[in-house]
Amino acid sequence: MSILDNLRGIGARVVNAVWRIGYASRFFLMTLLYSGMSFRRFRLTVREIFFSGVMSLIIILVAGMFVGMVLGLQGYETLKRYGSESALGSLVALSLVRELGPVLAALLFASRAGSAMTAEIGLMKATEQIAAMELMAVNPIARVVAPRFWAGVISMPLLAAMFSAMGVFGGYVVGVVLIGVDEGSFWSQMQGAVDFQHDVLNGVIKSLVFGVAVTVISLFEGYDSPPTAEGVSGATTRTVVQSSLAILMLDFILTAFMFRGD
Amino acid sequence: MSSPALLEIRDVNFAYDSRPILKGINMTFPKGKLIAIMGLSGCGKTTILRHIGGVLKPTRGYVKMDGQIIHELDQDNLYQMRRKMGMLFQFGALFTDMTVYDNVAFQMREHTDLPEEIIRDLVMMKLHAVGLYGTQNLMPAELSGGMARRVALARTVALDPMLIMYDEPFAGLDPISLTVVGELIRRLNDALGATSIVVTHDVQESLKIVDYVYFVSDGAIIAEGTADEIRASGEAFVKQFVHGEMDGPIPFHYPAGDYNKDLGVRA
Repeated sequence: MSILDNLRGIGARVVNAVWRIGYASRFFLMTLLYSGMSFRRFRLTVREIFFSGVMSLIIILVAGMFVGMVLGLQGYETLKRYGSESALGSLVALSLVRELGPVLAALLFASRAGSAMTAEIGLMKATEQIAAMELMAVNPIARVVAPRFWAGVISMPLLAAMFSAMGVFGGYVVGVVLIGVDEGSFWSQMQGAVDFQHDVLNGVIKSLVFGVAVTVISLFEGYDSPPTAEGVSGATTRTVVQSSLAILMLDFILTAFMFRGD
Repeated sequence: MSSPALLEIRDVNFAYDSRPILKGINMTFPKGKLIAIMGLSGCGKTTILRHIGGVLKPTRGYVKMDGQIIHELDQDNLYQMRRKMGMLFQFGALFTDMTVYDNVAFQMREHTDLPEEIIRDLVMMKLHAVGLYGTQNLMPAELSGGMARRVALARTVALDPMLIMYDEPFAGLDPISLTVVGELIRRLNDALGATSIVVTHDVQESLKIVDYVYFVSDGAIIAEGTADEIRASGEAFVKQFVHGEMDGPIPFHYPAGDYNKDLGVRA
């Protein structure tokens, strides 16, 4: 293969990637444009909140609990060296609320609910359900995509908050109940260190941004997937990979803006 | 075919990139008639339906329904036009997350403000018409292929469309279901006073029920006529197709190089 062929191949891939970004942006704008039905017939959105949010609760709560327990153990070991065991509560809470809660909840959401959304819409396309809806004069973006999008955006901050709450509880169980850190200092240090606007609100903003990113990627990959078994499986894989990378990249950008100079 | 035309296709050409799919198609669909479009797989039959539904735009020519040229309509008017149409997809395309009841009620809920009691009565009437009253609480996965096709048929006619399109309605059905679906297509067309288009390659079943047939080959119409005219046709392609003959204008072998040469033997 000549150098020219290689260059042509690279060029074709770049052009294809730019087209896909363009399609995805257009898809996102169309989703926003046709979101009226998601609010007028809110039960459609509530149904999707059940499937993507409520059905993800178990994995979010269990993972949050274990992450908090690990933070309790590791945090205690580190803080003990400096004689600051009483700061365990603030360490656990700040780590979870600012960073681990939104990021890990979003990663779990992408794997559990995002991949399910991609597979469901990809299969709807492969079995001509989307085409049937279109020919019944029902806009599939308004009827199928937008309710799922808003369900993801609404569910994500709530799941991240529950992840953080369970994590704090896990840290409490390990730090206070098992290791014996003073309960009063655990809670009072946490209360003193965590600022609502600076820490909690920024964490919520992060999870909202992750919610938008994960659901748009999941829905676009499903809607754009080739209508074959191989196409749907490839789209599901791409959803998990792209969502995970997008979450970590966005996390760095948001953290740089929110917590610089702290 | 003396009644006024509901749908006209005039000189429709269409190509994917530079590959021509339809070449100067002309068809007329009079009101109240049941018309078949026949031809081999990949000859452009479904592409014609997609033009009628406004999914594809012709590169030349037009499709006119009820006095309006489909590809010139904006999205709102296209959706208004589509409310006058119903389409049965090859494998039904039932919404798999909804019950039979919700599938049939789908368009009524989306396009009308009818109260739920009236929707319920209409759904039961539609299900009864296709012989599936009592299945309303089943999920699509619990239906056989023939039953799923009949539920899809009930959903297709839910809002009594003027034009009903059937894309390969007989594909993959057992002989009993095949006769039932064929009979239902004819009865529903007559009962609703609709115009129906059946895209199929099931010759024997469709010739029993249709009023007129268009034969498409390689993107062009090569024969047309009533069922009796088609049966008696001397045209080589139609003869081979109708009687399922192995030899004829459609070769058995895929067009390729010299087979003997490939094996290194002399012919």
